[in-house]
Amino acid sequence: MPSTRPAEIAYNDPMKILVIEDDREAADYLQKAFSEAGHTAHVAGDGETGFALADSGDYDVMVVDRMMPRRDGLSVIAALRSRGNTTPVLILSALGEVDDRVTGLRAGGDDYLTKPYAFTELLARVEVLNRRAGARESETVYRVGDLELDRLSHSVKRASQEITLQPREFRLLEYLMRHAGQVVTRTMLLENVWDYHFDPQTNVIDVHVSRLRSKIEKGFDKPILHTIRGAGYMLKHG
Amino acid sequence: MALSMPAIMKTTAARLSALYLLLFALCAILLVFYITSLSARMLITQTQETINDEVLGLAQAYKRGGLPTLVRVVEQRSRQPSANLYLIADANGQILTGNVQSLEPGVLGNEGWTTRPFYYRRYGEGELDRQRNETSQSQTQEESRRGHDAVAVVLTLPNQMIMLVGRDLGEPQRFRDVVRRALMLALGMMGLGGILIWFFVGRAALKRIDGVSSASKRIMGGDLSGRLPVTGAGDEFDRLSQNLNTMLARIATLNEGLKQVSDNIAHDLKTPLTRLRNRAEATLAGKHKITDYREALEATISESDQLIKTFNAILMISRLEAGYSSENLAKVDLSAAIRDVVELYEPVAEEGGVTLEAAPMESIEIDGNRELIGQALSNIVDNAIKYSTDASEKPAVLVKLERADGQIRLVVTDNGQGIPNEEDRARATERFVRLEKSRSQPGSGLGLSLAKAIMKFHRGRLDLLPANPGLSVVMSFPEQDRP
Repeated sequence: MPSTRPAEIAYNDPMKILVIEDDREAADYLQKAFSEAGHTAHVAGDGETGFALADSGDYDVMVVDRMMPRRDGLSVIAALRSRGNTTPVLILSALGEVDDRVTGLRAGGDDYLTKPYAFTELLARVEVLNRRAGARESETVYRVGDLELDRLSHSVKRASQEITLQPREFRLLEYLMRHAGQVVTRTMLLENVWDYHFDPQTNVIDVHVSRLRSKIEKGFDKPILHTIRGAGYMLKHG
Repeated sequence: MALSMPAIMKTTAARLSALYLLLFALCAILLVFYITSLSARMLITQTQETINDEVLGLAQAYKRGGLPTLVRVVEQRSRQPSANLYLIADANGQILTGNVQSLEPGVLGNEGWTTRPFYYRRYGEGELDRQRNETSQSQTQEESRRGHDAVAVVLTLPNQMIMLVGRDLGEPQRFRDVVRRALMLALGMMGLGGILIWFFVGRAALKRIDGVSSASKRIMGGDLSGRLPVTGAGDEFDRLSQNLNTMLARIATLNEGLKQVSDNIAHDLKTPLTRLRNRAEATLAGKHKITDYREALEATISESDQLIKTFNAILMISRLEAGYSSENLAKVDLSAAIRDVVELYEPVAEEGGVTLEAAPMESIEIDGNRELIGQALSNIVDNAIKYSTDASEKPAVLVKLERADGQIRLVVTDNGQGIPNEEDRARATERFVRLEKSRSQPGSGLGLSLAKAIMKFHRGRLDLLPANPGLSVVMSFPEQDRP
């Protein structure tokens, strides 16, 4: 089995992940893949067990299959939320219509991924959901190395040098900086920066990112916006 | 007809006939009872009037000549053949004169009208009996044993003698019997009529329904070209058959479409699947460096991703075409949607040397799904950028938003070679159709079909028009009523 992620990505803080998935094989694969990425994953084979585990255990992120016997994923999430459990949840589903996504998120899910998915995509999303990484929401100034983004004045500087960005480029950089050190996939960018959930036929995101990269890296020695092969992008100092 | 009894009862015509028969029979029976009792009452009233007249006449005779005259008149009348009864008895009930031989005991004891019919015997009864036995049937046997029924009024004369004036009830009873028999006959006729009607009308309807069901059986058997019989009578059955035929035609069209799509799916999914499999096989077969395996796996993943995309597009089109209903219809600003998509594709266009621009436009809101409209528009813009690169001058794509002919039109125009052939333009939005020159371009051949399905979902349409040079793709939304 090839490594589930390229070696150049540094491991994030190890997370404790709860996987609620009735398909034994898929659950085992996820458990193995998460542990190879440096995380610990517990598996629950049905909604009832999953609810009990989630209710008692202290998990950083939960990955919940939407359709399961005995108790479906959405009702598990809704029940946990009503008990004050705020653990971030990523919903896995074979249903991928716009409406399905909306119902999923309305039930208390934080992110929604349609099967079949690439594990790199799932891993990137789970790492971004990690609640211990979510603290940056409230910061007004993001700093990565010598790159600085002021969310209030909408200004970007690198090594005290002003960089002019288009509004969309600013939002793109803002998202990348909020998740600095984490892999951000193309679909995550399309969803969070453009609010679109479909697949553009051409890789439009790549061109946007390379434009942004040329603006923030031109004239500086050190690359800061890295392309992670087979996964996406990562903004990282050094 | 080789139907057994329960099978006959399974037909609607027979069941309806039976139900009607039952209802009619009930009504008829009620009618018989009503009419007979009414006529009986009428006859009794008539009888009483006759008796009253008789009593009046006798009273006059009494006034004229006292008791002797009365007795004489009674004797006189008793000898005349009539249904009237006369009787004069002494205070002990001993019959003195009249045409009554004997009568039910106790009748003479109560003065006034008899409360119910009583029986009596007349003088010369035996003869009468024989006569009636010949004319009427068994019911008279009881009569002959018991006598006849009659009603009467009993009066007490001044010298304590008793006089009875009455009338035989045989006539009204016979009348009642006649009415009853006539009505029973009518009832029988009704039943017979019901069965006949069922036989001719019901069976005719039944036959046509059977025709429809045997035709539909043939169609279910796989002969989708079969149609239900239409007689040309223009009645309900014809209308039903016509509607069903229209439905069958629609099903045949859908089926044809489905067949075409499955052929296309077979082709467009089988090809990459075969490639996938061959690559895996080839990689397994020889001895390779680890990097070769890696490469093969990466190629496999990207090929599967493409397959998944194609699959998703097919699923989405089918769902949209099946009338997928969305609760997420909301106000969508079309000009904002255009700005977003143009902004999304602008860098790609620029990289390919294509000018992508949105014409100045007013803001127009419609009820729709932003996500779907964005997807349709981005597919169209994506195509336009790809196909404008062969333009004779500087390649350019222009997106316009306009109101025309009660429609809101979103027009994407490129200045490439376009699609000169009208037939090709019409075919371009069909699933999996990739016109010759686009075969070399990446894509599933589903982009425009998806856009078309999305437009259909928004009750709009997608048209491809020549732009000289180039192609205009027009998304037309119906103008919506503003509250």
